[in-house]
Amino acid sequence: MTQAEIKLCSLLLQEHFGEIVEKIGVHLIRTGSQPLRVIAHDTGTSLDQVKKALCVLIQHNLVSYQVHKRGVVEYEAQCSRVLRMLRYPRYIYTTKTLYSDTGELIVEELLLNGKLTMSAVVKKVADRLTETMEDGKTMDYAEVSNTFVRLADTHFVQRCPSVPTTENSDPGPPPPAPTLVINEKDMYLVPKLSLIGKGKRRRSSDEDAAGEPKAKRPKHTTDNKEPIPDDGIYWQANLDRFHQHFRDQAIVSAVANRMDQTSSEIVRTMLRMSEITTSSSAPFTQPLSSNEIFRSLPVGYNISKQVLDQYLTLLADDPLEFVGKSGDSGGGMYVISILTTCHLLSSFLSRFGSRCARIFRLVLQKKHLEQKQVEDFAMIPAKEAKDMLYKMLSENFMSLQEIPKTPDHAPSRTFYLYTVNILSAARMLLHRCYKSIANLIERRQFETKENKRLLEKSQRVEAIIASMQATGAEEAQLQEIEEMITAPERQQLETLKRNVNKLDASEIQVDETIFLLESYIECTTKRQ
Amino acid sequence: MASRGGGRGRGRGQLTFNMEAVGIGKGDTLPPPTLQPSPLFPPLEFRPVPLPSGEEGEYVLALKQELRGAMRQLPYFIRPAVPKRDVERYSDKYQMSGPIDNAIDWNPDWRRLPRELKIRVRKLQKERITILLPKRPPKTTEDKEETIQKLETLEKKEEEVTSEEDEEKEEEEEKEEEEEEEYDEEEHEEETDYIMSYFDNGEDFGGDSDDNMDEATY
Repeated sequence: MTQAEIKLCSLLLQEHFGEIVEKIGVHLIRTGSQPLRVIAHDTGTSLDQVKKALCVLIQHNLVSYQVHKRGVVEYEAQCSRVLRMLRYPRYIYTTKTLYSDTGELIVEELLLNGKLTMSAVVKKVADRLTETMEDGKTMDYAEVSNTFVRLADTHFVQRCPSVPTTENSDPGPPPPAPTLVINEKDMYLVPKLSLIGKGKRRRSSDEDAAGEPKAKRPKHTTDNKEPIPDDGIYWQANLDRFHQHFRDQAIVSAVANRMDQTSSEIVRTMLRMSEITTSSSAPFTQPLSSNEIFRSLPVGYNISKQVLDQYLTLLADDPLEFVGKSGDSGGGMYVISILTTCHLLSSFLSRFGSRCARIFRLVLQKKHLEQKQVEDFAMIPAKEAKDMLYKMLSENFMSLQEIPKTPDHAPSRTFYLYTVNILSAARMLLHRCYKSIANLIERRQFETKENKRLLEKSQRVEAIIASMQATGAEEAQLQEIEEMITAPERQQLETLKRNVNKLDASEIQVDETIFLLESYIECTTKRQ
Repeated sequence: MASRGGGRGRGRGQLTFNMEAVGIGKGDTLPPPTLQPSPLFPPLEFRPVPLPSGEEGEYVLALKQELRGAMRQLPYFIRPAVPKRDVERYSDKYQMSGPIDNAIDWNPDWRRLPRELKIRVRKLQKERITILLPKRPPKTTEDKEETIQKLETLEKKEEEVTSEEDEEKEEEEEKEEEEEEEYDEEEHEEETDYIMSYFDNGEDFGGDSDDNMDEATY
């Protein structure tokens, strides 16, 4: 883990879980897998605090544990999972667009709590929704359950590995820590429970991998004191599936930008059809025949078969190779590499200007170029070209390749070619992104801390106003209280709010870049 | 080898490689050597890309800030204990202190966790309420509850700036109901002479830690 990543993790943990959890978490990320006592000793925190922190971290899937020999349990943190916390709002928003408010709240609850049982989720979400509805109306559990089932069917939520039930009593003492197993096909199996309002059916899916039918205890619960029917089956949000969705979205919008709406619809259909059949990191989707595509096109697009074929040919012939013909139709990862290039380009544009971007694209296309050639092709005066090339070289976006003419590598008789290695450039950019997000978060915290007093004062005033309104105070009194905050203070508050918003928005944007870069690096390294 | 040795031998100012090949022509002015570290905030030559705006951007922004605030309220947010002060003060009774004891506020599924991690779960403090507020009959009007939540909120020192009132209420609702208690409004008679919400003893700069309140503080 690079220093930048560790710093970012530390900031995120601190913001969301407090300092104790942050200390433990960062220590685990830095030092790898460790047992409980060593953690307590090295970080200098009391054993109880460490236990607290570990419980929280494990609950949120940030730390996993393993039983080693002699009963020692070691804990390991997952840095990448911590970094995902940046993306929570994006996950929730995506669910909102797909499954409306109910789905949004379900995913939000799952993300906030790490893992939950289905009944707990349904209850919480229904309560929350009832809050926002008008008086007298309540949210039916059934509707929430339906949305939950749909989310499970499309793999957006998945089951957590669960404790294997032991049929017979243990021969020896129970193990110090349970080994959690998960059966692949059970991962999206929703337990059949119908909640409040109807009779309870028996649990029909068990954690038992042997597939024992029916729970041993009859479950006729009408009140909350009884054990909940799906006790022990926990669900978590399936982040990989979200990532796949984001990727598809990016591909579709790229195609739409390049060509027209219809072709993007075609690509979207293809992607949707291979959503569940292809694993999330495969380089290509499964081959699809054009007939299948035709059949699965959304109803609104009634284009004839020939037109569809034409479009497919167009897509296949496109130099960017979105779609490959006969054999593998669907170049998911090719597109990602294109998208990454675009991102690198746009970051260039912002930092160095459009001419630099031109040079960069040129070198990318021609793979290797000499100094003179760069000048000629890019049509940029020599001095400027040189300047930009060196700037890029110093930032490590470009590299020099030596090609000796003579066996003794004499510098005067060697070609020096400029070349771009996308993978390393991507890694570098990613590293920069981490650093910039860390900076953004720190700045935001700094700003808030500076104005802490003012913020508290304004909150207090708001509370007072609200309470007075509730008890029916007069207009004059309210005015008086409002004036407790003077005008310059109000302005200061406004500026603060604006700045914090800007910083937050930038964080979100940088996170999108991070996502693209990470997926690119992941799939390229897998391919090799 | 020959050129390298020659380069060294023939005098300074000669580089080991041919400058022209790399692109620096003869007589070109090179940029001056850097004698100090680069400035902290170098002037930005080109404008950065505009931030995401519009409905989606704003929604995600609001969502992010809400989430941040919400996570601070959840029992998963562990606050470090406040160090004991040197002298016991009168105001201590009315200010919140951190969780000094080693319990957690939520109930994990102990079957899924290693046995060594088991700590006790903090019981809901019904008992403590009765000890501190013997005289106060519980009033359970809807308004008061929401006001109290607001007053509780401000003590939590939320750093959220754009929280909507509704969302705050919703999040508060999710917490265990038993932890909220009813107490009188400011106008009614109280134990202290001072109205707590106006009381700012200036010690807040030290950064009190706070927690789910179970005392009658404002």
